[in-house]
Amino acid sequence: MTLAAIVLLPFIGASIPLILRQRGRASISVASASVTLVALVLLATLAMQTLNGAVPSFFLNWLPNIGLDFSLRLDGLSLLFATLILGIGLLIIIYAHYYLSAKDDSAKFFASLMLFMGSMLGIVTANNLILLWLFWELTSISSFLLIGFWSHQSTARRGARMALAITGGGGLALLAGILLIGNIAGSYELDQVIAAADQIRAHSLYLPALLLVLLGAFTKSAQFPFQFWLPHAMAAPTPVSAYLHSATMVKAGIFLLARLFPVLGGTHEWFTIVTLTGLATMLFGAYFALFKSDLKGLLAFSTISHLGLITMLLGLGTSGAIFAALFHILNHATFKAGLFMIAGIIDHETGTRDMRKLSGLRKFMPVTMVLAIITSAAMAGVPLFNGFLSKELMFMESYEQQLFGALSWFVPVLVTLGAMLSVAYSIRFVHDVFFDGEPVKLTVTPHEPPLMMRVPVIILAALCVLVGLLPMLFVPNFLQPAVDLLAPSPLTIKIALWHGFNIPLLMSVLALVGGAAIYIQRAELFSFNRQFDHRDAKETFAYIVSSVTAFSDRLIQRIETGSLQRYMAALLLLCILFVIPELAKIDALTGTRAQLPIDSVSLVGAIIIILTAIGTAAFHHMRLTSLMMLSVVGLMVSLVFIHFSAPDLAMTQLVVEVVSIILMILALFFMPQKTPKASSGRRVARDVLLAGFIGGIVGTLNYALLTRPLSSISDFFLVNAKPGGGGTNVVNVILVDFRGFDTLGEITVLAIAAAGIHKLLNNLRPFMPSSDIDGRPWHRVKHPLLVQTVAQALLPLALMVSAYIFLRGHNLPGGGFIAGLITSAAMILQYMANGVDWVKHRFDYNYQTLASVGVMIALFTGIGSWFFGANFLTSWFTYLDWPVVGKFEIATAILFDLGVYLTVIGATLMILANFGQMTTRHRPRQEGN
Amino acid sequence: MEALYAITVGMLTACSVYLILRGRSFPIVIGITMLSYAVNLFLFSTGRLVINQIPIIGAADQYTDPLPQALVLTAIVIGFAMTAYSIILAVRVRGEWGSDEVNDTSPNDGEGNR
Repeated sequence: MTLAAIVLLPFIGASIPLILRQRGRASISVASASVTLVALVLLATLAMQTLNGAVPSFFLNWLPNIGLDFSLRLDGLSLLFATLILGIGLLIIIYAHYYLSAKDDSAKFFASLMLFMGSMLGIVTANNLILLWLFWELTSISSFLLIGFWSHQSTARRGARMALAITGGGGLALLAGILLIGNIAGSYELDQVIAAADQIRAHSLYLPALLLVLLGAFTKSAQFPFQFWLPHAMAAPTPVSAYLHSATMVKAGIFLLARLFPVLGGTHEWFTIVTLTGLATMLFGAYFALFKSDLKGLLAFSTISHLGLITMLLGLGTSGAIFAALFHILNHATFKAGLFMIAGIIDHETGTRDMRKLSGLRKFMPVTMVLAIITSAAMAGVPLFNGFLSKELMFMESYEQQLFGALSWFVPVLVTLGAMLSVAYSIRFVHDVFFDGEPVKLTVTPHEPPLMMRVPVIILAALCVLVGLLPMLFVPNFLQPAVDLLAPSPLTIKIALWHGFNIPLLMSVLALVGGAAIYIQRAELFSFNRQFDHRDAKETFAYIVSSVTAFSDRLIQRIETGSLQRYMAALLLLCILFVIPELAKIDALTGTRAQLPIDSVSLVGAIIIILTAIGTAAFHHMRLTSLMMLSVVGLMVSLVFIHFSAPDLAMTQLVVEVVSIILMILALFFMPQKTPKASSGRRVARDVLLAGFIGGIVGTLNYALLTRPLSSISDFFLVNAKPGGGGTNVVNVILVDFRGFDTLGEITVLAIAAAGIHKLLNNLRPFMPSSDIDGRPWHRVKHPLLVQTVAQALLPLALMVSAYIFLRGHNLPGGGFIAGLITSAAMILQYMANGVDWVKHRFDYNYQTLASVGVMIALFTGIGSWFFGANFLTSWFTYLDWPVVGKFEIATAILFDLGVYLTVIGATLMILANFGQMTTRHRPRQEGN
Repeated sequence: MEALYAITVGMLTACSVYLILRGRSFPIVIGITMLSYAVNLFLFSTGRLVINQIPIIGAADQYTDPLPQALVLTAIVIGFAMTAYSIILAVRVRGEWGSDEVNDTSPNDGEGNR
């Protein structure tokens, strides 16, 4: 629980600065520092357990299905990093309070910083690999915010983007690697992954998993060849650089290497890749650090170099190397954070970080000078400072390894060379800034910074000296649990200042002397370096990014042409491609079911359907003709239904056909009567081909289906329709009873569509032709008398028929749908024959209300069954003896059907009557919004 | 008979797909309507082709499968709603833009805002 609190505290703390935004900078800083301090105190209470060999842990199920649990642990390694994160974090917060100017948005700064701190703590304490990855990506995002904090500077924006692209991209590779590992191990819990280490190393996917994980670690830790983002991230405020780029974020990659060393390490691949990458990075960083004139640039390359050193040690993988790596992580964090803060102080007080302008600051900033000398000496590996001890160990390990056979000697030589360069740039950092004549190029008179800005540096410098002088006092206790965790063979930590005269000492001496020599001869080296044309990584990166963007842009423009025709064709083509392999699996086209003989009537009917369908497509330029042909197809379809024992369908189809053709003719009034010939021959050929293919596939599928035996669940409906539903028309009983819920949904859809149409028609000003296509004006008699008379006579008849169809629906073909459509058709006839005004005068009823009342009746009929303790839409029926009529069945289903009936009338007339009004002066107005 | 039925459904589908691939809204609506016929016939035929066995208890000795019929009845009505909606949409677009072209040929979505 305490452990979870430590990790979550900074996340909670991230919101506090935002809440306190109005309360001033001091309270924001104090709040952030207190949160960190509390977390640090909590960590201290748990640290005792860890140091005594226990592993405090926390477990909470999160998404167990994908192997993700909120599972934390605090072992030796976690403790080392968590202490660094919180301890240095606290110093950074104090420092940042004085560093940030009043113009900076400190609430945003501290919120991002706390977010970052929490994410880092999550990485180091995660006991679940996916959780670790999650926090890993969170650090990428929060560091993006921090690097780009001064978002008005284009360098900051670019640096932040580059860091995000590289570390975020590496994070994705890491995820892939983790998924591979988890798949092999069967779990993402760290304990179980470590237990399965041998299995993982022996697996055929070991190398891909290793490479992916290393890609993640190397991008994060700025290892060669991904080092280029780190110098550009120096556009961040200095506290951010001091925190992210010395102690924490770049160490996350190192942490990952250490964390997974027991799982992935110890193999030949690990050793070769990790050691050589580390070595290359170390030399590369050290060499370029020497040439940087920007203080932070020098420190950035120096950080790259030191990270390379640690990576190399982890690659070597002996117990001694592991210890040396962990020790150097600690030492590097202390002196490098201090050095960054000093660079920030100098920048703050002089206004520049350019070493070509800085010189002779010793008179003005003596205290800062002492601190700089101490921390630089630690960086250079001067005896009596902490850096010396870990470098000495590193020399020892590089000298003792025999991993490259006869060529092993080149490792210690190159390491010594790297150390020389490191000494040279450390001397440069101190000498160029604090000595080297008078400060002539400065515009301001420098002075010491406020005391509290120096305090964090003093603490760090004191640690450098303390550890350097008395290493055995607390280092072994602190590091032993981590070493026990990682070292392949048991190792008891022993650090001595003096080992006697031996090779590592010789290497140290060589490094110091050689470094001083290089510094003295630096002018030669500078002119040597100038002859190379250094291509800026930023430009290369920008070039890659812009060419990828341009490529995607071109691709999008090719795909997204705005042509719906083309999208549709592509979609259909894809359908064909997906269906064909499946169809090819069907071995026989014709199934075993007995087929019906063809009779002449059916044959003629089929020919009519086919011909009119072709006609509809072929004459689509003449829209009215095409529409007429379509109506023939629709009528023929209803005949098909009646032929194959589906009277209900036939009736529905017939009425729907009438209503929808009327609607389309009405719509055609507002549309161009002809389609201009627009399609090219090629497009027509393509579409015919595509259509032919799809038609062929559908036909084949249908034939294969028709000739196969049927097994259906419908026996239940046939048996229970009468005794259970009280009706003999099984189709209708299914609609209003068995599957009544479907029908309720359906009439709701109908009502919604009608409402949508109603809205679409609001404020519509359609194009109104004053004459037909050939230029003839409309006939002056709008409503012929003959039609009027017949229509009026037909209305009561039609209503009676629909009432009859409605009532008999439960037992014979009919029902609410059909009855509703018949009523609608009769009403539409009135509109057509007599005009909107005439109908409105006599029947002024709101169709929206009708449709909603219909849905309501159906819904409440369903709900009604609850009051009788039955399920939704359970129907009930009984028989009544009516005089004259005789025995009559009454069922709640008929109430439901009434709802259907009313909805269908309401929706249909809402669509058609509203649309019909478009042709008159009574246009619907916008009602509300 | 089965082959004839399948050919008819296939032809209806082909013609409607061709119409749906046109560049103007009215033929597309006609195509959608015709496609709904084809789909309804297809769905209906999952109960197989059966003559003189209407699913009304007592009307015949044997009954055809009533379930596809119930589904298709629903589909016809929903299909009507869809046809109506799409045709009104087409009219609205014509009224707003003055054209019944479905392809987006307006030049305003240039490269700049991607």
